[in-house]
Amino acid sequence: MIPTLSTHELSIRFSHRAGTIQAVDGVSLKIAPAECVGIVGESGSGKTQVFMAAMGLLAGNAKASGSVRFEGSELLGAEPSMLNRVRGSKITMIFQDPMTSLTPHLKIGTQLAEVMVSHLGMPWGDARASAGRMLDRVQVPEPKRRLNQYPHELSGGMRQRVMIAMSLLCEPSLVIADEPTTALDVTVQEQIIELLRAVRGEFGMALALISHDLAVVAGLADRILVMYAGRVVEDASAQELFRRPRHPYTAELLKCIPSISGPRPLRLPTLAGQPPRPGEMLEACPFTPRCSRAADRCRIERPQLMGAAASQVACHFPLSS
Amino acid sequence: MGAFADEAARRLKSNPAAVAALSVTCAIIVLTLIGPWISPNDVQTLDWLHIAAPPGRSAHWFGTDRLGRDLFVRTLAGTRVSLAIGLAASVVSLLVGVTYGAIAGYIGGRTDHLMMRLIEILSGLPLIFFVIFLTVIFGRSEYLLFFAIGAVGWLTMARIVRGQTLSIRQKEFIEAAIASGASTGRIILRHVVPNVIGPVIVYATLTVPQIILLESFLSFLGLGIQEPGASLGTLIAEGAAEMEAAPWILLVPGSFLALLLLCLNIFGDGLRDALDVKDG
Amino acid sequence: MIRYFFTRLAGAIPTLLIIVTATFFLMRAAPGGPFDQEQTLPPEIMANLQRAYGLDQPIWTQYGRYLKSLMHGDFGPSFKYKDFTVTELIGQGFPVTLQLGVIAMALALSVGILLGTFAALHHNSAADYMTMSLAVVGIAIPTFVVLPFLGLLFGVFLHWLPVAGWESGSIRHLALPVIALALPPLAYIARLTRAGMLEVLRSDYIRTAFAKGLPLHTLILRHALRPALMPVASYLVPAVASIMTGSLVVESIAGLPGIGRYLVQGALNRDYTLVLGMVIIYSTLLIGMGLLVDLLYAWLDPRVRH
Repeated sequence: MIPTLSTHELSIRFSHRAGTIQAVDGVSLKIAPAECVGIVGESGSGKTQVFMAAMGLLAGNAKASGSVRFEGSELLGAEPSMLNRVRGSKITMIFQDPMTSLTPHLKIGTQLAEVMVSHLGMPWGDARASAGRMLDRVQVPEPKRRLNQYPHELSGGMRQRVMIAMSLLCEPSLVIADEPTTALDVTVQEQIIELLRAVRGEFGMALALISHDLAVVAGLADRILVMYAGRVVEDASAQELFRRPRHPYTAELLKCIPSISGPRPLRLPTLAGQPPRPGEMLEACPFTPRCSRAADRCRIERPQLMGAAASQVACHFPLSS
Repeated sequence: MGAFADEAARRLKSNPAAVAALSVTCAIIVLTLIGPWISPNDVQTLDWLHIAAPPGRSAHWFGTDRLGRDLFVRTLAGTRVSLAIGLAASVVSLLVGVTYGAIAGYIGGRTDHLMMRLIEILSGLPLIFFVIFLTVIFGRSEYLLFFAIGAVGWLTMARIVRGQTLSIRQKEFIEAAIASGASTGRIILRHVVPNVIGPVIVYATLTVPQIILLESFLSFLGLGIQEPGASLGTLIAEGAAEMEAAPWILLVPGSFLALLLLCLNIFGDGLRDALDVKDG
Repeated sequence: MIRYFFTRLAGAIPTLLIIVTATFFLMRAAPGGPFDQEQTLPPEIMANLQRAYGLDQPIWTQYGRYLKSLMHGDFGPSFKYKDFTVTELIGQGFPVTLQLGVIAMALALSVGILLGTFAALHHNSAADYMTMSLAVVGIAIPTFVVLPFLGLLFGVFLHWLPVAGWESGSIRHLALPVIALALPPLAYIARLTRAGMLEVLRSDYIRTAFAKGLPLHTLILRHALRPALMPVASYLVPAVASIMTGSLVVESIAGLPGIGRYLVQGALNRDYTLVLGMVIIYSTLLIGMGLLVDLLYAWLDPRVRH
């Protein structure tokens, strides 16, 4: 079965006046049809850039090498017209900040309908009607009224629902959600995650959920990828990851999630140290400075992703079960 | 302060257009100063043998005008006048603008509000009309020309300085100076003014061509410099009248003015980029 | 929002009144009168003239009479051009100037926005630098230099277009004056559009529009253009002022029978009513433009409306 999205040795470099930055360093991953994959990592781990490359949204000073395939077709270096057809219809993206992600001077209805008009050739009237129905399905109250409103008349949570609706209109195979809840209030966050769960059940598309917060990903993902310094360090089913994390970094991340039950710790656990600065190029394991299990081999030899299908890890001394 | 100036100078040097513009401007200035010495001709002399002669044919390098006056020397004289007025009026509007802006920004509150309202109102009027108006009604004197130009030039400078002053006002060393009992005037002079130098220089550089343009415009309309004095504006007016018969009478002063203004503008833009000044 | 517009409209009338009053009294305050230029006339004839034009009345009476005649749309007789009323003079000349100004404004806007957008889309390329260099030239070189130069090039040397003169409805006579007049605002508008567009293209919502796979022209026209034009909208009133100033020069050089010459000539001749008429026309135009721009802001950015 062809994976919906697959990358092979994807690397992305940014060139600045001060030097080059390796944002993504040899990432190979697969997302199967209808699969929900959570991609977790700190800022600067490269998790967003991987998917920017897939969408063709990389900045002008970025250089991507390797391969990114959507349903078998190569996306890197493809014809812009082909990319434009795929983008927004078959692969769609939901961005982090709903407050600034919608065009302020256009009505909601226009911004929704234009996707169908552009990609499916629908006439405007039909497109707006479809948009109204979709707003209903993402639980926006009074959808007809909303169609005629401007973004600034909607709350943050509602705007994010609009973004989600916008991403579903052309029945995509893959929806990429980049930190969809980070900019929202905590109560609204829950609602949006619930919405994503419902939408997934209803539409059955693949979902790539990017977040720095394992808790957000926990409820939804079938499989979780952990990224650090531009590399995938662990790739396991959600169950396996939470029960038996194998990479020291993953274990630390899990410790950081405060739990409702159990004794209250005196201090919230944090990870010591800092992730490597984006400019630093590393040959060996990038987690070495912060790893309690580090040895000489970690400083010299780069660990590769290894293991069974359900649980892969890039570590010389993975945690045992 | 020294490091800042070095960085700015470096950025300016790496801007070939600005450097070229500065060089040309300097060349023109030098030419206007030494011109009368190197040319065998005189500004006033009417050479009856060579009326409206085209350039290159005689001892008149740029040709002569309708009255036989040498165009080379006349153009240089006109450039000198334009530059002099431009510079002088710029200095005046600079002093007025900086003082006004510094006071408004420093005192703040209602005084500032009122002072800025005045600037808003004055900016709103199409000042050219006002200037033409005054110049025409109260006589065609060169002093009035000066006053009129001065009335226009200081507005932007005042705004910029006021903006800068407002932001500097908050800084600690001002608090320290006040606490140590320094008088308002002293504080403004010793502390505020040196810190607003950057934008002031840039806008001063950009004000000069604006003023030269205004003066030429007024002279062109016949409201500025009068006969027999010549400014580039009057020379261009003469040239425009003779355009079909003797085009060089227009081309020479016209090119000088265009070149001068172009170079001053390019240099000013380059300076602004180098000092990285944003609009107040 | 309609209410806001009418409030502004109401506020404009006192402003106009102040301008007219100030002009009226300023003109009278200046030394000299409308009949000084003529050959010295015998005192009785002078007195008669003064009486005929109502100049012997106290100044407040003159002011009142003037305002009353304004209400009837009558600008009064011209003191210099004896056979005409100011209304007639303006009526003759205004269409020419209006034509000139409107075409120049349209040219400046269309070409300026086009060039600015083009430059922004090709940011940091050779085309970008060239366009912006042309803009500097347009801004720096004054109209009264550009027009004669254009005339020299296209008229005297190439013989393509007439240098001066005017025929009603003739495009050829308008071509050079319009181009010379449009050049400075065109350059400014190009620069402003480019800056505005570059700013907008960096926004999150443009990234979203791009991610939706919209074709480039849709993205620019529907999503990017309106917010990018805000700085241009702010510039419109100065642009009109610039065109008005330029028309003085252009009309005099090209010999166009517009109203531009009336302002300077009128002031020179102490032709009170003519100058007042001109001031009213120009001020009304500017204030009107200001109101239009306010409406424009609301259209460009719906957030302003609420």
